[in-house]
Amino acid sequence: MLRELALHILDIAENSLNAGATLVTIEVIEDTHADKLTIRVADNGHGMAAELAARVLDPFVTSRKTRRVGLGLPFLKQAAELCNGRLTIDSAQGKGTTVTASFQHSHIDRMPLGDLPGTILTLVVGYPHADFVYRHSVNDQTFEFDTRPIKAELGEVALSEPEVIAFLKKQISDL
Amino acid sequence: MPVKSLDDLKKIKEQALAKRAIRDASARARVTVAMGTCGIAAGARDTMKAILDAIEKDAITGVLVTQTGCIGLCEFEPIVNVQVGDAKVTYGKVTPERARVIVAEHVVGGKPIREWVITR
Repeated sequence: MLRELALHILDIAENSLNAGATLVTIEVIEDTHADKLTIRVADNGHGMAAELAARVLDPFVTSRKTRRVGLGLPFLKQAAELCNGRLTIDSAQGKGTTVTASFQHSHIDRMPLGDLPGTILTLVVGYPHADFVYRHSVNDQTFEFDTRPIKAELGEVALSEPEVIAFLKKQISDL
Repeated sequence: MPVKSLDDLKKIKEQALAKRAIRDASARARVTVAMGTCGIAAGARDTMKAILDAIEKDAITGVLVTQTGCIGLCEFEPIVNVQVGDAKVTYGKVTPERARVIVAEHVVGGKPIREWVITR
């Protein structure tokens, strides 16, 4: 069981990267007026055929060769539905996949967001060949982080260099 | 992104290039953290963060830290692979505390910590 939405976001993004994504867009939208929390992970990976997309919410369906169960998405779907929300997957082969999970923001069982900056830092450093856009909004305030201008500037410098880690941490300070 | 940040980046780039801290094969060590659902559930993100914090705090250059998915040894998660030169070592149950020790003693010091290695 993952106890933070930030860990679920990390888990979904890992699927995106395994699907060959070169750009992953992560959005966390908090609308307290409508009492709704939406998380969305959109990628440009190789996508899924309609037949597989319809089955990935079954825990006994996975593309992995090392084990025969895939629990990430089924757990998130259950968590969303327990909080008056839902989970949807839009996928097109050759184009990419978008996973959207919504929750009643104030629901007593709604998982905490958790360490979102930690999740983003881990992804950005851990997958140096992919780009990430992270957007977090709370009502009309928005924080945005995009790796593309940073990598254009850094060129071939590794993201796990100490000065770069310090820089990234400062940039991913969030709302 | 503000212009000031881009100026900071230029400085970082110049310093890093002066030390030849670049992405390619010149890295003196490679650290790979397994980040499948099993790894994440066992705390791999905080293990990864502890590794990055140690590199930042002790200003350790030339270490390439990346991620991979599930490697089929879920019961040993969080799993971290360390490669120094041609020698690869796979560690199991790497808590943030163990991660800090692995960075200091193996990645920097060159001495693997035998009792945390997965052997099978």
